[in-house]
Amino acid sequence: MFRNVAELVEMAESEGIQISEVMIRQEMEVKERTREEVVGQMERNLDVMEKAVEDGLKGVKSHSGLTGGDAVLLQEYMKNHEPLSGTILLDAVSKAVATNEVNAAMGTICATPTAGSAGCVPGTLFAVKNKLNPTREQMVRYLFTSGAFGFVVANNASISGAAGGCQAEVGSAAGMAAAAIVEMAGGSPSQSAEAMAITLKNMLGLVCDPVAGLVEVPCVKRNAMGASNAITAADMALAGVTSRIPCDEVIDAMYKIGQTMPVALRETAQGGLAATPTGRELEAKVYGISLKKE
Amino acid sequence: MKYKSVFDIMGPVMIGPSSSHTAGAARIGRAARNLFGREPKWAEIHLYGSFARTYKGHGTDVAIVGGLLDYDTHDTRIRDALETAKQKGIKVRFHEEESHTDHPNTARIRIGDDKGDLELVGISIGGGMAEITELNGFELRLSGSHPAVLLIHNDRYGAIASVTGILARHEINIGHMEVSRKQEGQQALMVIEVDQNIDESILKELERADHILQVAKIVD
Repeated sequence: MFRNVAELVEMAESEGIQISEVMIRQEMEVKERTREEVVGQMERNLDVMEKAVEDGLKGVKSHSGLTGGDAVLLQEYMKNHEPLSGTILLDAVSKAVATNEVNAAMGTICATPTAGSAGCVPGTLFAVKNKLNPTREQMVRYLFTSGAFGFVVANNASISGAAGGCQAEVGSAAGMAAAAIVEMAGGSPSQSAEAMAITLKNMLGLVCDPVAGLVEVPCVKRNAMGASNAITAADMALAGVTSRIPCDEVIDAMYKIGQTMPVALRETAQGGLAATPTGRELEAKVYGISLKKE
Repeated sequence: MKYKSVFDIMGPVMIGPSSSHTAGAARIGRAARNLFGREPKWAEIHLYGSFARTYKGHGTDVAIVGGLLDYDTHDTRIRDALETAKQKGIKVRFHEEESHTDHPNTARIRIGDDKGDLELVGISIGGGMAEITELNGFELRLSGSHPAVLLIHNDRYGAIASVTGILARHEINIGHMEVSRKQEGQQALMVIEVDQNIDESILKELERADHILQVAKIVD
């Protein structure tokens, strides 16, 4: 079993296989399952992600009314304008938003690694797909590569906003996506690790401050930015840019920052955007009362 | 390592909006249902920390009751779980607790019917993963991500050996095991997480083993 990113990259490069292959083989061994079973389960996850993006692009609205409809706005904008940030990037943003809008509306999603951060991985996948034209099998591999990096973060740091802030959720998800984009684009395992490091470095310190405690504001837009961050970092890694701080040390830094983060900024709706006047107003509308601690 | 499978990270497939407040909560409810072994007639659900503060917005209440109805995290029937429970005549009450717990997302669930009841404490640790930390007053640590067997037994020598002997004969590997008791020589609880699913016939065999009083199974 690989315990960190360095071991994961070493296993892939010494055997001349992809990160996704290391993950598939480990899963088969640990769970005593066949390749067909393991790959089949991930294919079903892929189907769920695809359906969620489709549903979100049709337009949904959450129960609280705080989120919904932005994915549609973005797609319409792209039909009529050449986006300044580029078509792939904004397409990824709209599909990440679509996924999280479906999530907020109690639709069916696949947590990657959590529900609140479920947009980054599928959002980027279904956008770069249009450029790289992957096979279905390569799309499933994208998810195994994402999973491999998420596996390291979950075991060495945290993927919970309550424990480590948004950097642990959207930060991890964006890093996972960046690593997977690199593999799909033909980059090396160590370039995947660089992309993960570059992404996560730029998500460090991000707090979890959801308005009314709901996975809506600012979670949906944080996934949009996580997806953009991932694509940019993937391009940087593919260009040969490396992170001066190794990936495992960035993950460790993220963990330690999470531990010292005030409780008010870890999914308690007590600080940050949740505690702004407008945040409190929205909260009062949703619950009829405020969650503010006296 | 806490997370052992890639599907702990890429998954679960679930009804939104929160892996910890919705999917994890559904898994705690379903663990209670599995351990109880049948549909309860009533449920008293105590919510602590972040669960208590935000459960309505996250559908934590709906999810726990969905779990009690034996729904999986991705079962769309979760959305109507409160209504379904009402129609089935299950009395459900929620209690928002003020007291501080070790983990921010904690639920204490008491369920029962005219034949018996059960009380457990579950925590939702992130990414949809849940752990059961207490069962009928026994402390334990159960991830819920592996099949597990729970055995109530007399606190006597040989009880553990008789159980592990049976599992060994069926070539079932034990991944994690805990034994706890409230008082020396009284009832004790054995919790065994295994790598493979356990057949009914093996459960029957475990029930007949020395000093064993009750056996329940949790499937992941």
